[in-house]
Amino acid sequence: MSILHARGVVRAFGHTPALRGVTLAIAEGEIVAVTGPSGCGKSTLLHCLAGILRPDAGEVIYRDHRIDTLSEGGRSRLRRTEFGVLFQFGQLVSELTAAENVALPLLLAGTGRRAARTAALSWLDRLGVADLADQRPGEMSGGQQQRCALARALVTEPRVLFCDEPTGALDSLTGEQVLSHLVRVARQQGTTVLLATHDARVAGYADREIALRDGQVDPSGFGVEAAIR
Amino acid sequence: MSTPYVLMGLLAGGPKHGYDLKRAHDARLPRAKPLAFGQVYATLGRLARDGLVTPAGQDQDAGPERTSYTLTDTGHAALTTWLATVEPPLPHLTSVLLAKVVVALLVTDISQARGYLVAQRAAHTTRLRELTALKTDPDATLSDVIAADYGIAHLDADLRWLQTTLARVADLHKEIAR
Repeated sequence: MSILHARGVVRAFGHTPALRGVTLAIAEGEIVAVTGPSGCGKSTLLHCLAGILRPDAGEVIYRDHRIDTLSEGGRSRLRRTEFGVLFQFGQLVSELTAAENVALPLLLAGTGRRAARTAALSWLDRLGVADLADQRPGEMSGGQQQRCALARALVTEPRVLFCDEPTGALDSLTGEQVLSHLVRVARQQGTTVLLATHDARVAGYADREIALRDGQVDPSGFGVEAAIR
Repeated sequence: MSTPYVLMGLLAGGPKHGYDLKRAHDARLPRAKPLAFGQVYATLGRLARDGLVTPAGQDQDAGPERTSYTLTDTGHAALTTWLATVEPPLPHLTSVLLAKVVVALLVTDISQARGYLVAQRAAHTTRLRELTALKTDPDATLSDVIAADYGIAHLDADLRWLQTTLARVADLHKEIAR
């Protein structure tokens, strides 16, 4: 049973095509790596599936409902309640502490301050960074920031988590620790994860891989123009 | 061949008999080909003949009598020399994978060559996923993780090389077509 479905998704930036008819289906609870070289359309695909970008053509269906036709407000609500997003750089708010950053999505969704802080502290604890609750991002290492960002992405208990090169800015051991936390928590929660990466070692954490080449799904998996056709 | 030195390394921690050595070898190098008992005893025999190990007594806990071995001073010196010797990094650029890809790019049956490359890539990514699952298993030992890391790093290097090779050949074809 697929939770997320794309049919013939097309998206361009000006005259430059980024996605040229992507069709895929993601089953509930799956961890799927979207792979391919820089510029192949991985980020654009994730942004279209997460409702951040609207496709120029095609359909994005989440739990049997088209989301590409929703208004900006409707897509924004969906992102607050159903989806979580983790980028390469955690994009934590630098003026806020880790606990305040993690509580932010809950506060925006109308949760009371005390309950939001309690949930934030619990998630920081699950990701092994409870001792950083009162520190600001500038006082943390890259790996610590990314674990806080992951806590923030998961605090609303999203059904789908979109991760765009989540360890791209980290050294390999730190990146591995972030990924291990991500996969462990996703399995425990039954969260569906889409993981955009150009790194085969990161894709190794997924159940399967969807490779892109020039904005299209590449069944060969190589993501480069196959030399022999 | 590193087995004699691995056994000597295991004996550096104190005397052991063949059965313990086999178990310690398989625990420390969990993803290596398991060592056969016969190979352990044959290697110990050669090491003893060469004066690198020496019998250190008999054990008999519940089972049959076993001879323990200990590392001699000569054995310690040989082990130190082996550890201090730098391995030549990739002295010969040969492997079955390299040979197959080169041949695949040369053959005239295009669909067969393409089929091989796609299947090889899929086999590599499947193995990489298996090793990742192995090392992230909550019960994985440090030895499991180190062995899996070694495999993952090599598979990743092969995958990147395969991809770069295809891109290079594609560029060459475009150049020729101009």
